[in-house]
Amino acid sequence: MNILRKKSAANLPFSETVIELFIRLCGISSIVFVFGIFFFVFREGAGFLFNGLDLTEFLTSVEWQPTSLNNKRYGAFALIVGTLSVTALAMCIAVPFGLGAAIFVSEFCSPKLRETFKIVIELLAAIPSVVWGFIGLTLMNQLIIQVFNAPIGLTMLNGSIMLALMSVPIIVSIAEDALKAVPDSYREAAEALGATRWQVIYRVLLPAAKNGLLAAVLLGAARSIGETMAVLMATGHSVNIPSGPLSWIRTLTATIAAELGEVARGDEHYQVLFIIGILLFTITFIVNLIADLVIKGIRNQ
Amino acid sequence: MKKAAILCFLAILACSFIMTSCSPKDGESVANKAEAHVTIKNKGSDTMVNLAQAWAEKYTEVTSTASVEVSGGGSGTGVAALINGTVDIANCSRQIKPKELEQATQNTGKVPQEFIVGYDALAVYVHHETPIDKITIPQLAEIYGENGTITQWNQLGIRNSACPSDRIIRISRQSNSGTYFYFREALLGENRDFRIGSLDLHGSKDVVEVIGRVPCAIGYSGMGYATSHVKMLAIATDENASYYAPTLENVLAKSYPIARPLYMYSLGEPTGEIKAYLDWILSAEGQRIVEQLGFVPVENN
Repeated sequence: MNILRKKSAANLPFSETVIELFIRLCGISSIVFVFGIFFFVFREGAGFLFNGLDLTEFLTSVEWQPTSLNNKRYGAFALIVGTLSVTALAMCIAVPFGLGAAIFVSEFCSPKLRETFKIVIELLAAIPSVVWGFIGLTLMNQLIIQVFNAPIGLTMLNGSIMLALMSVPIIVSIAEDALKAVPDSYREAAEALGATRWQVIYRVLLPAAKNGLLAAVLLGAARSIGETMAVLMATGHSVNIPSGPLSWIRTLTATIAAELGEVARGDEHYQVLFIIGILLFTITFIVNLIADLVIKGIRNQ
Repeated sequence: MKKAAILCFLAILACSFIMTSCSPKDGESVANKAEAHVTIKNKGSDTMVNLAQAWAEKYTEVTSTASVEVSGGGSGTGVAALINGTVDIANCSRQIKPKELEQATQNTGKVPQEFIVGYDALAVYVHHETPIDKITIPQLAEIYGENGTITQWNQLGIRNSACPSDRIIRISRQSNSGTYFYFREALLGENRDFRIGSLDLHGSKDVVEVIGRVPCAIGYSGMGYATSHVKMLAIATDENASYYAPTLENVLAKSYPIARPLYMYSLGEPTGEIKAYLDWILSAEGQRIVEQLGFVPVENN
């Protein structure tokens, strides 16, 4: 096989070699970029991470006072809790809606309706996050005040709804692809055995498309964790441990966005913001790792 | 089906473009900018962004040889741009820090020059239905400061019936805001920080917008941003002193306790068009705009 490949490579015209090299570079570049970004973020934050920052305080204290004149404190615990809780609540809203919509589009829709749905869902994905933030700040704020009789509508719930609306299109399109990828022979076999439509979906399609559906949910979650502008505007941006969906919170991403513009380069505060970047990197890495392991586990069964 | 939908969408888009391009103002200012020889870049304080824009617009009527590009982002952002040498004039609602001055001098080789272009009274806002008209600085310090003792409206001696929980919701600003720094210093001096858990909004306008919807809230912003939904409180330095409302006369007479100068910084001694622009801002005509926007003009004019 190897000899064959080498031989054919030698016979290839020059242009093909160039194209092959180019495509290979494209493939390698993604690896280079990921490591490059990690290296850059790490380099900016490393100085203070290993020399000066009290890591226990950083991970467990809620005192986030980076601009204090005499007593600077960098406690990111509230920010971590904020990010995780708003993402979790967003997923609680987005996953049922997203998977339900995907099942409807792939199994129950007429082909004509499906095309319309797909266009609309793509449009939903194309709305910029700052527009979602604006909707959260004005419309949703008012709505939450009226519906829940809350003192203020800029809350975790508000941010979660915005994040859910943003991640639903991702979940729908990937989950729909996964369901479509299940061979029709499975459906036919199940129906031939007398299964109802619900039984086909619940017993055959969902187990068969498990990997794809999980990937859809995790990509939706990753989008929520990384989202910045909408949560900055909709959650109240307040360093606070939430006691319920109507508490206001602040996320890791929003903190970087709000504060990086001001700090002097190389300053302690600047480095702490990069350490938050490392933390975000780690969180998404762990999410991806879990996804990989789960998918592998499913495969081995 | 898909094509029809896309065509339909494009048609709507085209219509909206045609309709918006009919408004003459936008077209004119673009044309003016294109003719101009020099573009003065002006960036910084959110408090001053409306003022800076008003100046820039009016200035197009004064001269055809220069135009001004204004953007906001916060005082810290403006100074950072000045340090990097990417703006001609930085707007700042606080004085430049010695460290920043040094960095700018080192980086660009020019010493930033300071101009006081007006005064801003920082108003303390509440919802228009909140039954309170005046407050003292020590009371504000207990509301906003670390380990502060005032958390309920009844501690201020009022019954805020529109706010069932009676809990004071503190609205603050993101920490790169000059307003944040000034308010903290005016209330708490240099040794005490703000208590965490306030809602840190992004922009002077947002503060007033949110307070206008939330009867439990208290917040601070430039007095030029007042709307009919909010109320400005009269302020006294302590219980025994007299209260002063944030009015033009009180600020000019220096009796209103939390008023501050607004600065513009140029890189080095200004020359040419930049000098002409700054001179015009300090002229009677430029200072009239300061007054129109609810700020206080520089006295000697």
